[in-house]
Amino acid sequence: MEYALAVILLLALVAAVVARPLVLGVGDDTGESSTHEELAAAKEAKYREIRDARLDLEMGKLTPEHHRTIERELRAEAIEILRRLDVVEGKAPPA
Amino acid sequence: MASLGSACLAVGLLTAAYAATASLYGARTGDRRAVVSGRRAIYCLAGLLIAATVVLQSAFLRTDLSYRLVAEGSSTDTPTFYKLTAMWATQEGSLLLWALLMSIFSSAVLFLTRRSLREIAPYATAVLAGVAGFFLLLMVAWENPFATLAVVPTEGAGLNPLLRHPAMMIHPPMLYTGYVGFSIPFAFAIGALITRRTGADWIRATRRFALIAWTFLGAGILLGALWSYSELGWGGYWAWDPVENASLMPWLVGTAFIHSIMVQEKRGMLKVWNVSLVIATFVLALLGTFLVRSGILDSIHAFGASTIGKQFLAFIAVVVVGSAWLVVSRLDSLRTTARLDSLMSREAFFLVNNLVLVGLCVVILWGTFFPLISEAMTGEEASVGPPWFDRVTTPLALVLVALAAIGPALPWRRATRLGLARAFRIPLAVAAVTLVALVAFTAAPDSPTSLAMFCLVALVLAVVVRELARGAAARRTITGDPWPRALAQLVARNRRRYGGYLVHAGIALLLLGVAASSAFMEQRDVRASPGESFRAGGYDITYERPTAAIGRDPAGTGAPISFGAVLTARRGDDVQTLRPARNFFPSRDPSTGAIGRFFEGEATSEVDVRWGLRRDLWAAIRPDIAELEPAIREANAKFADSSGDVQALVIAAIVERYRNDSPPAAFRVIDSPLVSWIWIGGAIVLLGALIALWPSPDARLRRVTSVYAARLGKELSRA
Repeated sequence: MEYALAVILLLALVAAVVARPLVLGVGDDTGESSTHEELAAAKEAKYREIRDARLDLEMGKLTPEHHRTIERELRAEAIEILRRLDVVEGKAPPA
Repeated sequence: MASLGSACLAVGLLTAAYAATASLYGARTGDRRAVVSGRRAIYCLAGLLIAATVVLQSAFLRTDLSYRLVAEGSSTDTPTFYKLTAMWATQEGSLLLWALLMSIFSSAVLFLTRRSLREIAPYATAVLAGVAGFFLLLMVAWENPFATLAVVPTEGAGLNPLLRHPAMMIHPPMLYTGYVGFSIPFAFAIGALITRRTGADWIRATRRFALIAWTFLGAGILLGALWSYSELGWGGYWAWDPVENASLMPWLVGTAFIHSIMVQEKRGMLKVWNVSLVIATFVLALLGTFLVRSGILDSIHAFGASTIGKQFLAFIAVVVVGSAWLVVSRLDSLRTTARLDSLMSREAFFLVNNLVLVGLCVVILWGTFFPLISEAMTGEEASVGPPWFDRVTTPLALVLVALAAIGPALPWRRATRLGLARAFRIPLAVAAVTLVALVAFTAAPDSPTSLAMFCLVALVLAVVVRELARGAAARRTITGDPWPRALAQLVARNRRRYGGYLVHAGIALLLLGVAASSAFMEQRDVRASPGESFRAGGYDITYERPTAAIGRDPAGTGAPISFGAVLTARRGDDVQTLRPARNFFPSRDPSTGAIGRFFEGEATSEVDVRWGLRRDLWAAIRPDIAELEPAIREANAKFADSSGDVQALVIAAIVERYRNDSPPAAFRVIDSPLVSWIWIGGAIVLLGALIALWPSPDARLRRVTSVYAARLGKELSRA
């Protein structure tokens, strides 16, 4: 009896929590925010790569020419991410 | 209250099933409401399992012996600390801990990714709910932690004496956190495979969880080694026991994963390899739990053996077959066009490091399951033993340490000859000087593999110090900061990189301790009477006098009787006093008699260790209490029905007899060099991992971001 009562109470509690989005909708759970978060994470990762390459140059692991090649590639990739971010944020891309 | 606990588990199982179903439905139909509902079900699951754990822990704290688990794993005289940790000394409690940690980790990652990975996250939710559901099913159907007894005993059996050690009680939660933590990247990898979104997004979202899992698993393994060294009374820290190996294998493959995901993040390569590694890591984590729980292989962890091995095996089979099918069916999405630019690049060395780590795991797997393999092939069970493991793993460990030295000094993509010469000139000189010094002044050449390890450790340390020094110097030229500030800023701004280097230094120091103590440990087993002396390693040991105590166990294990010795150890001017002892826990077997049960129950070693940076002096005693048997038999016959006070007096008299007329005792004394560096190295590994894990402050990110954004903006306008 005690067990059955506990199960019913807990089930009711869980049902109230999980049913909320089904009944009331999901509010700000939009596709735009998801893409924006992913692009922002990708941007941070790309910036980290650029900083890593700069640190490697400063420490003498990369020659200036080699660093220039790598950085050019990384910057191109970062710019592409920034472009996509601008689109998601609704900003006009730079001319 | 037991009903509430059972209800939490039953409702938890239904909730996990709902979470999986709603998430899959939401993923297939694009119904975000179902996805969010599934995610909230995981939060509910965490709440339910927290409530269940609170119910069970309160039963242990109250010593509520109506719970079968409390009666079997605790007692009124179990110290409070051990009452609190007794939950995971039991099979059912371990399963609850697994499910609890699983639900908390799942909730955390799903909360953090609630606005990202829209396609992958619902499938990951379903996988996480499926894994948690499996553990809940085990508890609901076979191993209910809230089972009660029809007849409540007056006293519990108490916690297994071997487990009454602080390190041992933290060790299982650490290991389980590690095992559970790897389920997060596994679940997201499966989600990425199903949705064919196999880029680096799932890695970025779960990398930190993988690192947390790796750190906890490593700490758990280290604590297990510390327990073995200071509790088991044999003097070692690693025995290549199947269950030890089972925890090491996912850690090794997890180490490979943590390295190789950097290659995917930076170069977009190794996608098949990375998903395979994370699947293997998770399967090995399940295998570790299976080995402890099945009792399939002989192990010092036999106390964990039970009857749910078949269920585990079936679950592992489902995971392996399902994951393998997914990887094969998604090979087209996992292809990459990027190629290695050069063999002398960091990514190439990461690949070699991965192959060595996986190779190490494969040989350990082979050795661990050799008894089963040999039985299947020949009908006879044969075991390979520690010497075989030492022989096959040592060369691979040497290669790994060499790679740990080379990797950090290499740039991504391609290293130039000049850069290599500049990077390795000083470290190689340090390694060469170390070699010469060791050959000239120490006995290291007696063990060539140890000599090689010492030189490679010197190489790793030199590379790490050089990296830090050059990085700080570069920073000083830009900012003009003093050295300490430049160094701190360098590490703070590149936490992942320098945290990783610190981990390399810690592992190198740990292996230094392993190599030195394995090759140059001196062990002496001797029987001695009070007043006698003997030599052990570089020490002259004197057995000064026996000790005997009732209810005054200094280690706080709750043992009522403790026999030991006072030893004096001399090495030149260095004089140490050691007090090893052996604790006796009462037997629950009534045939041992009212008095005899206090002497004939389980006994555990209370090792005494003098820790030192240069050497440890380790001592254990096995007192001979056979001469007390006539007195015990007589007391059993005479005082079986006496009051508790009288029996206590009789026990005290027998104990006193041992102190006054002690027979020779068996001693094991070990003089072992550099063992402490294992624990120091381990602590440095943890510190490095913590640095790598620590999130960057938002303010700094924003500033750097804006600087780069401005620079990138200029380039964009020029293009």
